[in-house]
Amino acid sequence: MTKQVQQLDRVIIRFAGDSGDGMQLTGDRFTQETAAFGNDLSTLPNFPAEIRAPAGTLPGVSSFQLHFADHDILTPGDAPNVLVAMNPAALKANLGDLPRGADLIVNTDEFTKRNLAKVGYAASPVEDGSLDEYRVHALPLTSMTVTALTGFDITKKDAERAKNMFALGLLSWLYHRPTEGTLAFLERKFAKKPEIMKANLAAFQAGWSYGETTEAFSVQYEIKPAEHEPGLYRNITGNVALAYGLVAAGEQSGLSIYLGSYPITPASDILHELSKHKRFGVRTFQAEDEIAAVGAALGASFGGSLGVTTTSGPGIALKSETIGLAVATELPLLVIDVQRSGPSTGMPTKTEQADLLQAMHGRNGEAPVPVIAPQSPADCFDAALEAARIAVTYRTPVILLSDGYLANGSEPWKLPDVADLPRIEPGFAEPGQDDFQPFRRDPETLARPWAIPGTAGLEHRIGGLEKADGSGNISYDPANHDKMTRLRQAKVDGIASGIAPLAVDDPSGEARVLVLGWGGTYGAISAAVRRIRRTGRNVAQAHLRHLNPFPANLAEVLRSYDRVVVPEINLGQLALLLRGRFLVDVIGYNQVRGLPFKAEELQGVIQDVIDSE
Amino acid sequence: MSENGAGGANGRANGANGSNGNGSGFAALSLVPKADGKQTMKDFKTDQEVRWCPGCGDYAILAAVQSFLPELGLRRENITFVSGIGCSSRFPYYMNTYGFHSIHGRAPAIATGLATSRPDLSVWVVTGDGDALSIGGNHLIHALRRNVNLKILLFNNRIYGLTKGQYSPTSEIGKITKSTPMGSLDSPFNPLSLAIGAEGTFVARTIDSDRKHLQSVLRQAAEHRGTSLVEIYQNCNIFNDNAFEPLKDASVRDDITIRLEHGEPIVFGADRQKALRRSPSGSFEVVNVADVPASEIAVHDAHNPDPSQAFALSRLDSPAFEHTPIGVFRSVDRPSYDEQLRAQVDEAIETQGRGDLAALLGSGDTWRID
Repeated sequence: MTKQVQQLDRVIIRFAGDSGDGMQLTGDRFTQETAAFGNDLSTLPNFPAEIRAPAGTLPGVSSFQLHFADHDILTPGDAPNVLVAMNPAALKANLGDLPRGADLIVNTDEFTKRNLAKVGYAASPVEDGSLDEYRVHALPLTSMTVTALTGFDITKKDAERAKNMFALGLLSWLYHRPTEGTLAFLERKFAKKPEIMKANLAAFQAGWSYGETTEAFSVQYEIKPAEHEPGLYRNITGNVALAYGLVAAGEQSGLSIYLGSYPITPASDILHELSKHKRFGVRTFQAEDEIAAVGAALGASFGGSLGVTTTSGPGIALKSETIGLAVATELPLLVIDVQRSGPSTGMPTKTEQADLLQAMHGRNGEAPVPVIAPQSPADCFDAALEAARIAVTYRTPVILLSDGYLANGSEPWKLPDVADLPRIEPGFAEPGQDDFQPFRRDPETLARPWAIPGTAGLEHRIGGLEKADGSGNISYDPANHDKMTRLRQAKVDGIASGIAPLAVDDPSGEARVLVLGWGGTYGAISAAVRRIRRTGRNVAQAHLRHLNPFPANLAEVLRSYDRVVVPEINLGQLALLLRGRFLVDVIGYNQVRGLPFKAEELQGVIQDVIDSE
Repeated sequence: MSENGAGGANGRANGANGSNGNGSGFAALSLVPKADGKQTMKDFKTDQEVRWCPGCGDYAILAAVQSFLPELGLRRENITFVSGIGCSSRFPYYMNTYGFHSIHGRAPAIATGLATSRPDLSVWVVTGDGDALSIGGNHLIHALRRNVNLKILLFNNRIYGLTKGQYSPTSEIGKITKSTPMGSLDSPFNPLSLAIGAEGTFVARTIDSDRKHLQSVLRQAAEHRGTSLVEIYQNCNIFNDNAFEPLKDASVRDDITIRLEHGEPIVFGADRQKALRRSPSGSFEVVNVADVPASEIAVHDAHNPDPSQAFALSRLDSPAFEHTPIGVFRSVDRPSYDEQLRAQVDEAIETQGRGDLAALLGSGDTWRID
């Protein structure tokens, strides 16, 4: 039957189900299809820390939100236009985010008395009229899947499990997605289980055909490809981009990458990814604890590798003493903190930006550490390279602050030309110097020599005790300690001279209000700023990659605007640093809900400030 | 970039400047470049003033190590000493090699990173009973089970020295110290029992005052493939003086010291009149040589894959020093962690080819926009 085709400029879909329903896989496949089709996109996986919470309960709900459009977009979207709810728990957990009039696809097979009771529904919301303000598509997805798979030599359970592919097929039809990628993916994934493979392919195709033939869907949607710069693209998550950035740092510096890591959510995927790339000379060491992980990384750096450790906030707390040792011994070290909600164990799978002050100050003594943050999933690649450049050039630990949203979220990435990537020069100390001094500094960078074991004539000892300027011998001299403390600070402060000034986006030049952010909030802030400009208001935007040291022009930028709004997913940590450093009365906007900002709420907050001028 | 472990040091540190031969017979050191000329003890001394208390056992150990290293004949720049915190951990400052005085308890972790990334280095860890067994216990046991190519010298003086005299995890129960005026309550670790339980492949004990024995144990430790743990009884003459006096007192030491030699019957005593016999329970008992047939006297087998004999020997040690074995308790061959890690990298390169960055970035589903 012929269906009406409606053009849309953007859609936000959320797939929600039980942890065991395969919602992350479904979302990921839909994303790949959408990427291949050429839409711009942004994703937000949201899942519990528990691997399999009790089936059908609210804590067990896992979801994947995808925003795709025919134009350039910046966030995974505030509220879904379409919610796919595979069970009552998924409906209950997500309904509050669904705006009136949105499409709601519900798997009615799971709306049994028992499942409804599990989440406190007395009656089925599908039948009691409580969903009347949505466009409800009540479909028996499980039983339609099982029916479609009659005749396959698989168990009923395996047939039921293919319901996510039925749903994916239906949604793929609904939004005109190309299917070759998913078909090829299923063939690869189940290559060793041919019957399961055929069943999943059949379920996917049944979902598609159902869309074509049913009267439940009278409209099919089209979202045209977005305009992108010419080039080769792929979709990439923050954690994979970060791992690739580390591999690239090894290639661009000629240093072996040595990752010491202890598994922790949401950083473990970087360890998983890097462990696959041994052919680049990458060594990965799963240590006995966080402390050993950073210790091994630092030991490797002492030996002339680029030592890296990956973790989240609780791991940083444990690594603090070793980071201090890296400050004192002035060795390159990359410390990757994929931030999550804290304090303590907090909410391991939920995002937050609350480790900034820990990164800045979480060590004993005066222990300055450069801090940088990526602003989008793909940007994790460039941020990793930049962190490596600073660590190697200045012989210093560097903390890179990613977060759970960037780590698991994804976006299309235009692949860089490898030939254009920056070189990083290790500049090892040369053997055979007569008057070698391990703490004699480069006059420009204040970096000390990196003289690695095996270099004849440069034998020396380093450690956490204070060292005499130049010789590096143990020193308790008061004036020397004061000097060395200031030198270490000056070295880190001097990094600012090698970084680009902070760029301010102020197209009209008339803005009186600046929005300043850092890290993973870039997309939401930028989307809010666009909306505000569409209302005719002027607003300037800047986003910090370098948090320590700040770009040299930051003071000037802050003083160029009447008001500065600083949205952060913490209780005002950057705001505290800005006030302390620049005596500027910035206006914080803060939330710690474990979720990224919504563009709409930021729009409101910033407009209020503009309108109060 | 170098693939086989030289930390990417442009191949320079990758043994490229030294012979990689295995001429010395030290299998574990086959990748460490050899010195060109003959070395002496003086080559390993630094110009730093040694700051241990006069009379400290550490002096004897330092001299023993400095005079032993020329025997290995390794390039000085390819030797690294890594330490934690405590009196013993000042050791690297006095060795004219590369050295890293790190933080409390973490030396095995830091040394693991170094040893697993640089096969051309001989990496030594110097630690104490507090550093290794208290704050750093976790790293010690994991280094042992992994069998990383590290030589760990554990100076055991059964007291905290640098913090001025608190009891340590090897202090005897009831130890009166500043922090335990009514006596310590905790049972001590037996470091060798712990090391054997942690799957250690080389476990030995020696004494600071017996240079000849100490150096013979160091030699065997250096030759060993993987982690060597050498417990060195070391006297702290300030806070725990004479802790090992029975083992040093000429009038009694021969009667209580059991010198273990692989393949030899375990006989000891001033007149070699005593021996060890394995009892049915598996433990060792002391017997008079005259009272038992020679066939019942235990023969020391350090190479036995079954660790139970070495463990039983380790249990003979007691705070009262009734019978104390010294020497190599256990020395078994098992691939080291670092050589296996290297092999995986080599295999990946061999089977998949050297990594190509552009190909990696473009892996997975891609699309082109013209």
